[in-house]
Amino acid sequence: MHELSIAQSILNTVLQEKTSRQLPHILKIVVHIGALSDVVPDALKFGFDAIKQDTALAETELHIEIIPVSGHCKACGNDFDVQNFVFTCPHCQSGQIQMVRGDELHIAYLEVEETPSTGTDSS
Amino acid sequence: MTAQVKLEKKVLSENDRLAADIRQQLKQYGVVALNFVSSPGSGKTSLLERTLSALKDELNIGLIAGDVQTENDANRLRQAGGRMVQPLVTGGACHLDAKMITRVLPEFDLRRLDLLIIENVGNLVCPSSYDLGEDMKVVLISTTEGDDKPLKYPGMFRRSSVMVINKIDLLGTSDFDLERVKANARQINADLKIFEVSCRTGEGLESWYEWLRSLVGNNHQK
Repeated sequence: MHELSIAQSILNTVLQEKTSRQLPHILKIVVHIGALSDVVPDALKFGFDAIKQDTALAETELHIEIIPVSGHCKACGNDFDVQNFVFTCPHCQSGQIQMVRGDELHIAYLEVEETPSTGTDSS
Repeated sequence: MTAQVKLEKKVLSENDRLAADIRQQLKQYGVVALNFVSSPGSGKTSLLERTLSALKDELNIGLIAGDVQTENDANRLRQAGGRMVQPLVTGGACHLDAKMITRVLPEFDLRRLDLLIIENVGNLVCPSSYDLGEDMKVVLISTTEGDDKPLKYPGMFRRSSVMVINKIDLLGTSDFDLERVKANARQINADLKIFEVSCRTGEGLESWYEWLRSLVGNNHQK
């Protein structure tokens, strides 16, 4: 159950960004979680919702997108989706597979309330 | 109306930054670092006890013994001949992170070390996300566990470079199939280097020691 510390890192990072970039109200945080990243989405969301209270992100939703695992075969150059974590090239059966996606633990983007052109005040 | 603000930031970027600092420091002093991971009870401490007793006069080995509670493992490792053993009690946390390593690293005289072994908390999930600045992860599995464990914890087996199968003296007393566990592990990670050992009888340990010697030797030649 390390999702709480992951949630804390997300919260800290976004709070920092909000201050440094003077962002308006943040509606949504979109994170990309690779299928092989060993993070349980429900636990992460639960943890985030628990610790966001009493912060500037109390109303912010954590949205999680799961990134499936894909690989590149170093032997024949084939790019393919890795099914059931079997890192074997379906074309040439080689096991020399470079993981292309599926390892992510990224904050991809934030959805913020669009403010009038000056962007300083929110009403 | 909403607008999107691109971030593309790693969640664990702070951990990764600290891990990169640790890696840089270890490299500067020519220290090889291994991060030992496994389920509770696979025999991490037993393997390290054996390793320390066998190699203490050849290599300067530093140990960071991570545990949720107690310094029992650190005490066992000192009794086995470990002169540079640093306990790291997480007080509940299920994994070690780079910040914890940064805190204990100054306890070691890196100029005198050949090898730093970090014994992580017994857990095959959480430690896999946290880079500790190691050169490689070594994952242990024992013959009293399921031979499908690599398939159940693919993240850890994919990120590890070495797999040590312990308790081979007990083969045949359970349904654990040695060939099947190796096939399962290689399906996740074809490059895994595999050792088969028994920390109780000593079987297979010589090739493990030899590998550690060459790992340190190659590093010194660099």
